[in-house]
Amino acid sequence: MHELSITEHLLEDCIKSAREKNASKIRVIHLCIGQLRGIIPDCIQIYLDMLSEGTIAEGARIEAEYLPVKVLCRDCKKEGEISPGHLACPHCKSLKLKLLSGKEFYIKSMEVDIDGNQSTASDNGLE
Amino acid sequence: MEIKVLHQIMDWNEDVGDEVKKLLASHHICMVNVMGSPGSGKTSMITALINALKGNWRIGVIEGDIAGQVDAERIASLGIPAVQLNTDGACHIEAMSIQHILPELPLDELDLIFVENIGNLVCPAEFYIGEALRITLLSIPEGDDKVEKYPLMFTDTDCLALNKYDMMPYFEFEEERVLANYQTVNPGAPLFRISSRTGDGIQALADFISEKAGKVRS
Repeated sequence: MHELSITEHLLEDCIKSAREKNASKIRVIHLCIGQLRGIIPDCIQIYLDMLSEGTIAEGARIEAEYLPVKVLCRDCKKEGEISPGHLACPHCKSLKLKLLSGKEFYIKSMEVDIDGNQSTASDNGLE
Repeated sequence: MEIKVLHQIMDWNEDVGDEVKKLLASHHICMVNVMGSPGSGKTSMITALINALKGNWRIGVIEGDIAGQVDAERIASLGIPAVQLNTDGACHIEAMSIQHILPELPLDELDLIFVENIGNLVCPAEFYIGEALRITLLSIPEGDDKVEKYPLMFTDTDCLALNKYDMMPYFEFEEERVLANYQTVNPGAPLFRISSRTGDGIQALADFISEKAGKVRS
């Protein structure tokens, strides 16, 4: 349920980014979530449906992409991807691993409607 | 059309956390964020640590709870300034809540603040609150699979305290499994075997906190 306050701020960020692009409607919000995070996209969607009423994000869909947990094995020195529930090297089964990634959580992009003759997003280079 | 955003979602919380950290640094206060399950023994451990540390440091406590005053009263009975932070049902503490409640503590008269987070292994791990030190507590009866099930809680901590260690003979708790998993998600971070009931191991953890508090003070 920590997704509620996260979604409040997510919505603010999305509306701000969309306005900067003169967007009139947010259709889809693409999120990237590392598998080590305890963030549930369905919860974000439910809260977003509630919170976005009457805003340009009303009806927007959350599309989440899970990013893998990547590790470096300190025994066999190989890199690999693991599931967070099973912390062992996929090559040699060693438990001595170094975590490389899996804690990401960011808005990647949005699909929006833009009124008038606005230039495209890539021209603006919004970061 | 698609627009690129690339915005870190937790920035709003982390920015306030940094403000909290700055405020505390200006008072030379070390804030310790204590996290663990309900019943893992957070309040008892904080109580035991207060007794071990109060000779050297002036201590205050922020008691996070979904509702009620019980834990704050327990701490206040030790003669330690304590405030209760009720989250009204929310499962975690955010940096903003800490920023709001800090003025209720006598900051000029403190060196060390313990924040007892909401009992929960999932949500509190997502929220930095401006702490200088994180302690994750895992008690033996909870089981040895918790690092695998809740990796973020054990990844983003400065140390792990295995509490109720005196209960080890009564549970099938494979310490090696916890250790290996913990070293994977958090290489090099220390582990303390403690029992708040018997007092075993408390001094070692208190020394670890003292070392950090000394760094913040200087």
